[in-house]
Amino acid sequence: MLGPLNKNNPVIIQMLGICSALAVTSKLEPAIVMGLSVTVVVAFANVIISLIRNTIPNRIRIIVQLVVVAALVTVVSEFLKAYAFDVNKQLSVFVGLIITNCILMGRLEAFALGNGPWASFLDGIGNGLGYGLILVIIGFFRELFGSGSLLGIQVIPQAVYDFGYVNNGLVILPPMALFVVAVIIWVHRSRNKELQES
Amino acid sequence: MEELLSTFVRSIFVDNMIFAYYLGMCSFLAVSKNVKTALGLGVAVTFILVCTLPINYLLENYVLKEGALAWMGAEYAEVNLSFLSFIIFIAIIASFTQLVEMVVERFAPALYASLGIFLPLIAVNCAILGGSLFMQQKAFPNVGVATVYGLGSGIGWMLAIVGMAAVREKLTYSDIPKPLRGLGITFIITGLMGIGFMCFSGLKI
Repeated sequence: MLGPLNKNNPVIIQMLGICSALAVTSKLEPAIVMGLSVTVVVAFANVIISLIRNTIPNRIRIIVQLVVVAALVTVVSEFLKAYAFDVNKQLSVFVGLIITNCILMGRLEAFALGNGPWASFLDGIGNGLGYGLILVIIGFFRELFGSGSLLGIQVIPQAVYDFGYVNNGLVILPPMALFVVAVIIWVHRSRNKELQES
Repeated sequence: MEELLSTFVRSIFVDNMIFAYYLGMCSFLAVSKNVKTALGLGVAVTFILVCTLPINYLLENYVLKEGALAWMGAEYAEVNLSFLSFIIFIAIIASFTQLVEMVVERFAPALYASLGIFLPLIAVNCAILGGSLFMQQKAFPNVGVATVYGLGSGIGWMLAIVGMAAVREKLTYSDIPKPLRGLGITFIITGLMGIGFMCFSGLKI
């Protein structure tokens, strides 16, 4: 279960779920909410598919998986609309895009179709948390350097601004997320030499 | 007419699926290793976007939206089915992909062989569902604009993946720090291309 947090991380090693990892991380709060939502959806989708894996005809399994996931995402989306409306506004279409998040299809295909419900549940939780971890790291740096705050609370003191420090507006813009991910990959692979590509 | 043109240009350059919203990143990173397959996937994605956006637009406006069922009679005018939109959209996209796959297999076996596994995987490409969800959010005035938006987003996506594939083909000869090779450098290049595309952001027609 802990493998996906580090050596087998879904985002930076398996290359899954990158779309949303980049788009929702300009602030820390939506990043956390997104990480939790994906964890819940992956875990339960894994359990459901694992329970019915022997009855799904092979040819239409992608559609079956999509319908199960779409139903779960609808529940999560309605829940967010009811209890966290502001965050839901910020996430906009990316809540719906959890459906096509590659983590889901990847884990359903690779794990839930061949394993029991309990193992699938743990696999889902592990991968969801691994994904959330990367999101939180990216969100932390982008909010700190882009807005000088964390979770909406000002962290960099006013005195620093008086000396002429300015928030880096580029960090909020989309391309910077890609650079942050690249740096994370760089650090991660320097520490785990066996993961390097020749 | 101007509206169609400006939607078209905006969706290619300003609201580029990859550089502005990171949609379809997974297949973008996985398939951009050579130009030929990248082009094939780009064409397939564009085609599916052009086909599914008008269908989803009509469904959204005549079935799902609040009050959309009014044409069936006054007693249905209050019905709001928008919570079903995720399931309906993804079902349309998945079944359409299946349909296109069967048609291509039957009538153009050469194209089918060259696209291989990418055809069925288009169903889970975020760019396609993203197109439908943005269409829902932006509330386009008519079905023509929605179709043009689909065409533009598809072409923008294709442009990005083909450009990326061309850069990556050249990258084989460059000396990159070991831990950055492969995935890391691809991210950095995508970021640089994204900064390039940002210069279109003030574009108006």
